[in-house]
Amino acid sequence: MTVATLTYAQAAALALQQAMHADDTVVALGEDLGRGGVFGQYRGLQQEFGRDRVIDTPISEANIMGAAVGMALAGLRPVVEMRVIDFALCAIDEIVNQAAKNRFMFGGQGRVPLVARLPIGIWSASAAQHSQSLEAWFAHIPGLVVATPATAQDNYSLLKSSLASGDPVIYMEHKELWGIEGPVDTALEVPLGQARMLREGGDLTIVTWSRGVAPALRMLEQDGLKGAKADLIDLRTLWPWDKQAVFESVTRTGRLLVVHEAVQVAGFGAEVAASAAEATGCRVARLGAPRIPVGYAQVLENESRLSPEKIAAAALALLGSRR
Amino acid sequence: MPLPRLFELYRLMRRIRAFEDAAEIASQGGVAAWGLAASAKPALVRGPLHLSTGQEAVAAGVCLNLKREDLLTSTHRGHGHTLAKGADTTTMMCELFGRASGTNKGKGGSMHIADFSVGMLGANGVVAAGIPIATGAAQALKIRKLPHVVACFFGDGAANRGPFLEGLNWAQVYQLPVLFVCEDNRISATTPTGTMTAGGGISARAEALGIPALKVDGNDAQAVDEAAARLIGDVRGGLGPRLLHAVTYRFKGHVSVDPGTYRDAAEVEAAKLNDPLLVTQRQLLAQGAAQTDLDAIDRAAQAEIARALQVAEAAPWPAAQAAYEDVMNSGAGAWR
Repeated sequence: MTVATLTYAQAAALALQQAMHADDTVVALGEDLGRGGVFGQYRGLQQEFGRDRVIDTPISEANIMGAAVGMALAGLRPVVEMRVIDFALCAIDEIVNQAAKNRFMFGGQGRVPLVARLPIGIWSASAAQHSQSLEAWFAHIPGLVVATPATAQDNYSLLKSSLASGDPVIYMEHKELWGIEGPVDTALEVPLGQARMLREGGDLTIVTWSRGVAPALRMLEQDGLKGAKADLIDLRTLWPWDKQAVFESVTRTGRLLVVHEAVQVAGFGAEVAASAAEATGCRVARLGAPRIPVGYAQVLENESRLSPEKIAAAALALLGSRR
Repeated sequence: MPLPRLFELYRLMRRIRAFEDAAEIASQGGVAAWGLAASAKPALVRGPLHLSTGQEAVAAGVCLNLKREDLLTSTHRGHGHTLAKGADTTTMMCELFGRASGTNKGKGGSMHIADFSVGMLGANGVVAAGIPIATGAAQALKIRKLPHVVACFFGDGAANRGPFLEGLNWAQVYQLPVLFVCEDNRISATTPTGTMTAGGGISARAEALGIPALKVDGNDAQAVDEAAARLIGDVRGGLGPRLLHAVTYRFKGHVSVDPGTYRDAAEVEAAKLNDPLLVTQRQLLAQGAAQTDLDAIDRAAQAEIARALQVAEAAPWPAAQAAYEDVMNSGAGAWR
């Protein structure tokens, strides 16, 4: 067991470095990887593994993703960097029609073991085309895994699990989490589909992921619920997702608030809320961003951001409501 | 060209033609489409069936230059490529019929036919989608230091999609072992491609990126074979990507139920005089081949496909449970 304090970006780099050491077929491709990637999450890897395994590519998102599918079919395990999720929309055919469908459509003849990194979320002052959280799009697509790590530990462990899964994984780091630090235990395995209970309360259940975790935790630490106690669950992966953990909690609490930075309308929170209500009859509420593009000016951007105050208000409203 | 090679091309083309003709007949009925009513008799081949009838020389001429370990990506019109790469016609027909014994276990059908066991990585329902996949497969071969090459078939319509530029640029930047084959049937679904395509043509687009290209008569299997041999030789020799522009003609509609009435009937009839099978027949006879040998090849192809039809019609359907298999490892079993 080795425990070190690492940033979220360093934790991912370490996981990839170890995977590349363990398996010659693991390669990474994307724009500017030789310079460490936009967020430093590939720092040092090209120097260590060479330009054939950490591949700088043209600005050709469709071909980056499509080539990764071809590489996977021809015996490699590519890690694909899309820079920010907004750019992955240039590769949507390659993700949805090719990577996700290949195995089934061809009758199981091939596998597409690739990890596509699509950093999500508001990146301060980056405005409408660099700030989206589109996890629900990909959770909707059969064949894809969707991972949304919130901590350095999970960014290490989930990246390793994703690489080992053999499935096409949409791996969604959050653009504003790269610098957060935390302890990373390299022996700790986190299977895909296993949520983490951060707080146990009993009056209501709060389910969130990615950038939603920190403000929810802060809200509870500041007693935002005015004495009421909540279970706080970090879902960690959206497909597969840990229904058992969520259902078990809401069976006790009877109330579920799902919190995410993505637009609330048709967000993955709706799926979690509906599933929990169907399974347990619990009362549900959602908190996501309004259905507006993310604005540039701080006052505009804030309208799309989560905060402990917004989460507290939504939770208190749910606690105050009657069945 | 030595007579045995010409015979080989002819045999391959004849098998493809027999397959396409049989599939076409089996696709009749069932669905209402293209202004035609559905017939009472359900079709044995359901859904869109894109026939390569008339384009067989491209598949045959290119694929005879490939080895089993070489890889291939195809288009929505991919039966000919699949067969020419070495797939079994019975297993292919079973797939068109949607049977469990098909190449794809009945999960893909005509439009997604694939046979990985012979390096055929799949037909594709999205125009140009095979191009990036081919470049990645070629890159993997290069990274893994394997001696094989990739052949990437696409149509004339694909050259107007972004992945064409991205993929050709990519292959040239990394000097990848891939042969791009533009199987130019001159029509994009129902619109003449020439009316939709700017500039000096497909070869010019490749050459603008520094990729050497050859243009050939795609109805002349011998010409395709010779050009493909030269280009694949270069690719195999590590000289980087090459492009073959083979100009051919689609005898049928866009899909089997499309009567293709938007084309001038005289144009189609004129094109049929240049049927690739007739072209090769004439070359064979001119070189002293006996008509009886050609007839024997024709009969053998018909017999092979008749057997394929027989097996396919009797083959079992997939179990409904198979809809839940081959999806993914993670979370398998939870589908809602």
